[in-house]
Amino acid sequence: MSTAIALVTVVAVSAGAIFFLAGTIGLIRFPDAPCRLHALTKADNLGLGLIVLGLLPQVGTLAEALKLVCIWLLVMFSGAIVTQLIAATSRHK
Amino acid sequence: MTSALAFDLALAALVLAIATLTIAAREAMSAVISFIAYGLLLSLAWVRLRAPDVALTEAAIGAGVTGLLLLGAAATIGHRQAGAAPPLALMLAAGLACALVASGLAATTLVLLPEPAPTLAPPAMASLATTGLGNPVTAVLFVYRALDTLLEKVVLVLALLGVWSLAPDRVWGGVARLGPDAPPRAMLVFLAQLLPPVGMLIAIYMFWTGADHPGGAFQGGAILAAMWLIVLTARLADMPATSHPGLRLLVLAGPMLFAAIGFAGWALADAFLAYPEGYAKPLIILAEAGLTLSIAATLACLVAGPATRTPPP
Repeated sequence: MSTAIALVTVVAVSAGAIFFLAGTIGLIRFPDAPCRLHALTKADNLGLGLIVLGLLPQVGTLAEALKLVCIWLLVMFSGAIVTQLIAATSRHK
Repeated sequence: MTSALAFDLALAALVLAIATLTIAAREAMSAVISFIAYGLLLSLAWVRLRAPDVALTEAAIGAGVTGLLLLGAAATIGHRQAGAAPPLALMLAAGLACALVASGLAATTLVLLPEPAPTLAPPAMASLATTGLGNPVTAVLFVYRALDTLLEKVVLVLALLGVWSLAPDRVWGGVARLGPDAPPRAMLVFLAQLLPPVGMLIAIYMFWTGADHPGGAFQGGAILAAMWLIVLTARLADMPATSHPGLRLLVLAGPMLFAAIGFAGWALADAFLAYPEGYAKPLIILAEAGLTLSIAATLACLVAGPATRTPPP
């Protein structure tokens, strides 16, 4: 059982790390602001989401698990809004 | 090489690289953005050194509030920047002075200190039970070295006085300008309506948990200040004038409350800033509550800067 749980963690966290890597490459390589934001949000939402998902089986208490999910929701919320703000600002320039 | 060591080495290399980037950046704005990334990486380094209290403070104050202050400064001076670099001799002298300070610090900590380094951690832990607190860092801040903490808060008020004093005479006591003059974007207003309730809860938790776990007045105050600044930038609330009595009282309330508790210690526990037997923890939490509010108000006012408009009638 513990091996299965560890496997879930390794797979999910690795997948999350790949999204972060892809997002970073996109941020560096893509030509303009909307494309770069598109790459960045994948790292924020899916990358962090998968890492949180992978860490959930490792926490001891329900409160800790809720805190992890809250972190993900907060990052997603602020990330989505900041992305909109940056995109709007870049379009008006 | 263990994976932890590999991580630490990579982190140290990254901190050094970002520090170089901050110094080498040609534009003030890029330097500030590098500095914020540097602060966040540094807070990770503090986590690795098992100093979560310092890490939280570094992230909230070092990267967050200082980053905001510098962003504001860069935006203000950005268009006035002259192309001419300072003379080479001056740059060399500054570099040499910095290198001397850095190598002096390195020599002191790495070479001159005996092994193991002298530490007060065991006596600090030994007396922890008498304070009623669970977090030794809070015990140092509010029991062992309470005077330093009190004076630190006074310094924060003095810094705000210095910033406010930059206002020209005709707008003295007026309103600071925060953000651009254009009406705020709908998305920012949405953020300012949704995030502050959550942020305030996190700030209160951060202050409350500080007695027993990493956290405290400074970290909670910084989050509270950030929430207030979001609301102000979205124009959901008016920036109070720097002459507003309520604002001035809020800035002074924490340090004054802490000083009052300190003087009460003279009457009740025979020493300035001493707590009567059994009342240490409630008094510390009372002082921290006041300080959290005052720190939040002071940090937000520091970011908003000096008054630029005349006070409302």
